[in-house]
Amino acid sequence: MTNIVELLLPLFVGAPLLLGGILFVVPRHHPLQLIMGMGSLLALLGGAIVLLILTFDGTILVHQIALWPGGISIPFVADSFSSLILVVAAIVSVISFQYMIASGEAQSPFIASLVLILAGGVGGALLTADLFNLFVFIEVMLLPSYGLLLFLSRRGDMAASRLYVTVNLLASTLFLAGVGLIYAVQGTVNLAALAGAGDDPATAIATAVCLGALAVKAAVFPVHGWLARAYGSASPAVAALFSGLHTKVAVYIVYRISSVVFEGDGAWMTAIMVVAALTLAVGAFVALGESEIRPLMLFQMVSGIGFILIGVALFTPAGLTAGIVYMVHHMVVMASLLLIASAIEQTYGSGRLDRVAGLRTREPLLTAAFVISALSLAGLPPFSGFVAKYALVLASAGAGQVLIAGLLIIVSLLSLMSLMRVWADVFNGKRHKDVELLAAEERIRQREGLFDGVVIDSDAAAAEAARALEQHGPPRGVLASGDPHDHRGTRIPLRLVIPALMLSGLSVGLGFGGEFLLQLAEHASSALIDTSDYVEAVMGR
Amino acid sequence: MSLALSIGVLAAAGVFLVLQRGMIRIILGFVLLTHAVNLLIIAAGGVSRRDAPFFGGDTSQAADPLPQAFVLTAIVIAFAITVVLATFAVVGRRDDDTEDVNGSRSQNGVDGELEAQLDSEHESGGERR
Repeated sequence: MTNIVELLLPLFVGAPLLLGGILFVVPRHHPLQLIMGMGSLLALLGGAIVLLILTFDGTILVHQIALWPGGISIPFVADSFSSLILVVAAIVSVISFQYMIASGEAQSPFIASLVLILAGGVGGALLTADLFNLFVFIEVMLLPSYGLLLFLSRRGDMAASRLYVTVNLLASTLFLAGVGLIYAVQGTVNLAALAGAGDDPATAIATAVCLGALAVKAAVFPVHGWLARAYGSASPAVAALFSGLHTKVAVYIVYRISSVVFEGDGAWMTAIMVVAALTLAVGAFVALGESEIRPLMLFQMVSGIGFILIGVALFTPAGLTAGIVYMVHHMVVMASLLLIASAIEQTYGSGRLDRVAGLRTREPLLTAAFVISALSLAGLPPFSGFVAKYALVLASAGAGQVLIAGLLIIVSLLSLMSLMRVWADVFNGKRHKDVELLAAEERIRQREGLFDGVVIDSDAAAAEAARALEQHGPPRGVLASGDPHDHRGTRIPLRLVIPALMLSGLSVGLGFGGEFLLQLAEHASSALIDTSDYVEAVMGR
Repeated sequence: MSLALSIGVLAAAGVFLVLQRGMIRIILGFVLLTHAVNLLIIAAGGVSRRDAPFFGGDTSQAADPLPQAFVLTAIVIAFAITVVLATFAVVGRRDDDTEDVNGSRSQNGVDGELEAQLDSEHESGGERR
């Protein structure tokens, strides 16, 4: 079984790429697009789960491409860490794609292909153990992302897409320069052959160039500014997809490089610690001042990247375990919150805290999903956030970093505060008089394929609003006040809420199954602490 | 030495261009930057650090094939992304904030690509006059 799976490892890259290529020639509205897209993402998830089961006991699956001897070939490696992240990335892809189908975005040209190619790139980036190959797979991830941004940029806002492409291209160029420098010093870019090479100052600096480029991609302070702008005007489902994949893959590679090349060398880890602490504090502070749901969530995401990096900066078994748990938790919960934000934006036409109000009585299911995800992000039991934050605080205190432990708790309170603002304004606020009209305008825009800035004729909007009131009419009639804005009918279709509900359900599951998640992460972190098995397996010795 | 100098000049010129206004200048800047990195990788080659991987043999007369393979791949990728960037230079010119035509972005959305193009041509033509 193990041998067969080892041989099939390149399929995690090859199959999605091939199927994505095939889907390019399938007609745009053919049902095969969605069936094959969803089917292959589910197959990827299934395959990733198989990998996770096989690597659970510490086995490391290696496939040397073209069966060249170890050290010369490009190796594909699956250990418990990469399998775990691959599983979560596949879950996020499946659910984001499900949201795209539900919202009709998957009807845009080539979406299924682009998502599949993106998934293939993620698979490659997580599994490869060759730095140059890693660069290639990062590009394979980025190119379909540019396409997704272009095709689904509903706001007619190309400026953000331009920013995204240029920032990522600059970071990729920097990463490539780092790979070139590593090759200049060591004569190899095979990650296993570089094991422990961080002792050599020249190699350490060359690797630090790579880490710097990855920091840009992961949106670490002080190079985090592009994230909220670029993802803020992408299609919301795309933002959710990217949040689960792009930044987390960058963080995954930081974990891998720190453990294999630097072997947790103290000075470098202190540098990561400082940057991580600043990232998590700055992200949470900026989120407090945002006035729209999505940018607020995106800065929470920046803050979360800081939390994850604290884990690797501690570089103790407990720290790495907590960091990995946090990464899993954050991928799930962030995607859930972004999908909630997108459901609100697509239905009510705006994500501004002062323009949407009173969703608590109007959208009970969405409110449930939001409450679970928000409390989970803040770190309250019984959700996954509690397990992750508790483990991380304990690990920081255990490693003697009491200040960091305190900072984690204070920043969690700040996160809670900004989420409370969303709750108070959007969910619990008084019903804004214009909400009905805003929602009607948005529906007209969507129906006629207009951009967000377009001004809708007020008569048409009023007619649409009245029609909607009639159609979705309140189940128990208009309230006694007779105010037509006061009724309780839901506006957000169930199909847009289900993806977020599934993810928040997963967060609850990971919270109750915290022991299981910790156990998985412990296996993953032990492979990071002691890399000798990894090196042996990859080098074929 | 000459290689190091040309990498330095290319990188400096690339950074300068990337920091300029206008998408076309930014694209050209990235082209120069990728050239600098490609030269860096070529410069990183060297066979003295290891023996031939197979069959032994004398490597003193051989070139290092690995950086050449790297650069070949990197050139193809850079080419693809340059095309994407060039697309961004011509699509949606109305909201190109790298261009800063009159300092303010249009408040109204765009009905169609053609209209946008006509408008932007009209605007730029009007400015020239």
